[in-house]
Amino acid sequence: MSKNDHLHDTLEQAQSKQEQRMGEGADSRFNSKLREAFGSSPFMLTKLDTFMNWVRGNSMFVLLFGIACCSIEMMHHYATKHDVDRFGAGVPRASPRQADVIIVPGTIVSKFAPRMKRVYDQMPEPKFVVSMGSCTISGGPFQEGYNVIKGAEEVIPVDIHVPGCPPRPEALVYGILKLQEQIRAGESAPVTVKPYELQEFGDLEPDELVQELADDIDEDDLVMRYNWADSP
Amino acid sequence: MSLEQRDLDYGERPEGELDFDELADLLGDHVLDREQHVHTEGFVVRADEVATVLSKLKRRAGFDHMSCVTAQEYQDRYESIYHLKKYKDPTQELSIVVPTPSDNPTSQSGSGVYETANWHEREAYDLVGIEYDEHPDLRRILLPDTWQGHPLSRDYNQEKPQIVSLKQNPNPMQTKTRESGDSDTMFLNIGPHHPATHGVLHLKTVLDGEQVVDVDPDIGYLHRCEEQMCQQSTYRHQIMPYPDRWDYLSSGILNEWAYARTAEELADIDVPEYAQVIRTMGAELCRIASHLLAVGTFGLDIYGDFTALFMYTITDRERIENILEDLTGQRLMFNYLRLGGVAWDLPEPREDFFQKIRNFTAEFPESLQEYHNMLSSNEIFHMRVQDTGILPPEEAKQYGCTGPVARGSGIDYDLRRDDPYGYYDELDWNVITDDGCDNYSRAYVRLEEMRESIRIIDQCVDVLEEWPEDDREIQSNVPRTLKPDPDTEIYRAVEGAKGELGIYIRSDGTAKPARFKIRSPAFCNLQSLEVMSEGEYIPDLIASLGSLDVVLGEVDR
Repeated sequence: MSKNDHLHDTLEQAQSKQEQRMGEGADSRFNSKLREAFGSSPFMLTKLDTFMNWVRGNSMFVLLFGIACCSIEMMHHYATKHDVDRFGAGVPRASPRQADVIIVPGTIVSKFAPRMKRVYDQMPEPKFVVSMGSCTISGGPFQEGYNVIKGAEEVIPVDIHVPGCPPRPEALVYGILKLQEQIRAGESAPVTVKPYELQEFGDLEPDELVQELADDIDEDDLVMRYNWADSP
Repeated sequence: MSLEQRDLDYGERPEGELDFDELADLLGDHVLDREQHVHTEGFVVRADEVATVLSKLKRRAGFDHMSCVTAQEYQDRYESIYHLKKYKDPTQELSIVVPTPSDNPTSQSGSGVYETANWHEREAYDLVGIEYDEHPDLRRILLPDTWQGHPLSRDYNQEKPQIVSLKQNPNPMQTKTRESGDSDTMFLNIGPHHPATHGVLHLKTVLDGEQVVDVDPDIGYLHRCEEQMCQQSTYRHQIMPYPDRWDYLSSGILNEWAYARTAEELADIDVPEYAQVIRTMGAELCRIASHLLAVGTFGLDIYGDFTALFMYTITDRERIENILEDLTGQRLMFNYLRLGGVAWDLPEPREDFFQKIRNFTAEFPESLQEYHNMLSSNEIFHMRVQDTGILPPEEAKQYGCTGPVARGSGIDYDLRRDDPYGYYDELDWNVITDDGCDNYSRAYVRLEEMRESIRIIDQCVDVLEEWPEDDREIQSNVPRTLKPDPDTEIYRAVEGAKGELGIYIRSDGTAKPARFKIRSPAFCNLQSLEVMSEGEYIPDLIASLGSLDVVLGEVDR
């Protein structure tokens, strides 16, 4: 007997084993515990939307997106010990074009807000946002800063807020699970016009500030109006 | 040191102190006035003689390290302060104070003498509004180009709206006429959202083929007004949480110590020895955690090692964070130090806590060996990082590099030893340096520094175990509202994970600082990226950036 015979069944042996396991008859590859649970039919009836939501919720691609302190805890929640991959949400993608979920992990300042908006716009629909940490809720400890945007929701719509400074990885995992629940139920944050929208410079109201900057910025450049006093 | 025959610099006494009278003689008529700061003397000089004074001090008196430029606005004038030091002995300090009138805040630039002044003066221009003559490139650095006003000047109105543009960056080489006529350069934006930039850093890179012709770091995407926040907060409790968020790779206690040391010296507060030992131990745990992340992400940058090295370092970081959580109650933002000591004593039962640390320090050298196996005995790693990103020591000094970046260029400079604080001078440990000056040396220095940190932690635990039970004083008496004397100025630094983390405070007699300036090591180190990467290949640029280990919270503040 050669070494191979030990390792591999012959076709006949394999077939007989299959018969032992599954009984005689045609190879019924749909036989499974799951099917038994559904009843006699190997099919189940559901709405495509419901099915798609279920799939989406269980396979989320998260954008690899680090801003500030929270991104360190975000790295920990990807890595050993917390391992968010257990819940089907641990595949960070470096390109926004391949991601469904963006975790906003840190303070957003005036210079970064247009860039973040651009990154968000590049993600394909449907897309979901988890805002991580106090800074993305209200500006957090830096709320009074002259350069700080008071929360991610000023710029992009947010589905889940995870409070903390920074939130523990467990808290972020909980937030991700909550987001999965929402997605499975087909809920998402309503998309509304945000205080900070990108618009063409020429479309701005020609007030004092706009006139002063007219030489520096072209008419069709995208700009964002930052207004510390008027944001909540 | 005393037995060695040393060439003394001008104005230096044999016992290693500065003779300010002799220095004033050296500068002669340039010195208009002499001020007494808490840490040293300040020479007031004319605004149009800055470069002359600085170059004299650099060439004749040996001040080869310009650690910081502080700009501030008084009621009647603007002022820039150049904090000078020496790499061979950072306790020899001198401040050059340059007042400029309120209606015309223009002073001469020092960037011709010290390269590092370039960015510092840009920051001063951006935030305070002082203009620097002869500066090669005076434009905003932290705030968007279109920003109106200078936020740390007195008449700035935060309520006014601003407009931020999202402009496409033009290829700067296209407009320049070059000899070859139709040279084929390409402009490449790296960041601000890019995994290799370790945060929100934006590198404007011009490539010729695969070689870097020009690299211009564009920072400010995380400028969250740390200095304003600290100037709005009271000394005693409100400022302490902010340092945690400068260098947020769990270097919290190191950063807090920078503030604690400065404010304690400013307000003349004693710290009990017992608290100093706890601080030292906590700080070194933070240093290991910080270096672990630096090394882990470096491997990730260099040869995409996400599964082994990165995960291993994160695992070890989790262990440190568990220990620090036992000690401070937080995983990342500790807020554990207090002026005059620490917040609370070691957790009970102490034996268990010590055992936890002992287990870690006993097992860590083995993990360290594993990191060495994966990095310093890894052929791919060697090929990628050896002889790339060269930073000669003279250049490193020019750019004010400190920390592992300077020590990787063979500069023997460590404030823990050279300007001792805490409990470091009682302990037995070494400063790691390496003469390689390349990306490999910087990674190697970090790896070996972790070994020294383990030694320090072990000795601290020894000391703490022996400490008599009735003498565990964790905080000295500090007044409820701290109001340092008016018009006192101080600059003090500690050895953070990235290098010299300094703080300048000017008090005006109230409970809040009148000026709070942070000297960030990563900010200065990042400037040297240009030297390291121009003319090199683009993958080496990424390697150099990883080896600098910048953390954008600290660069932008």
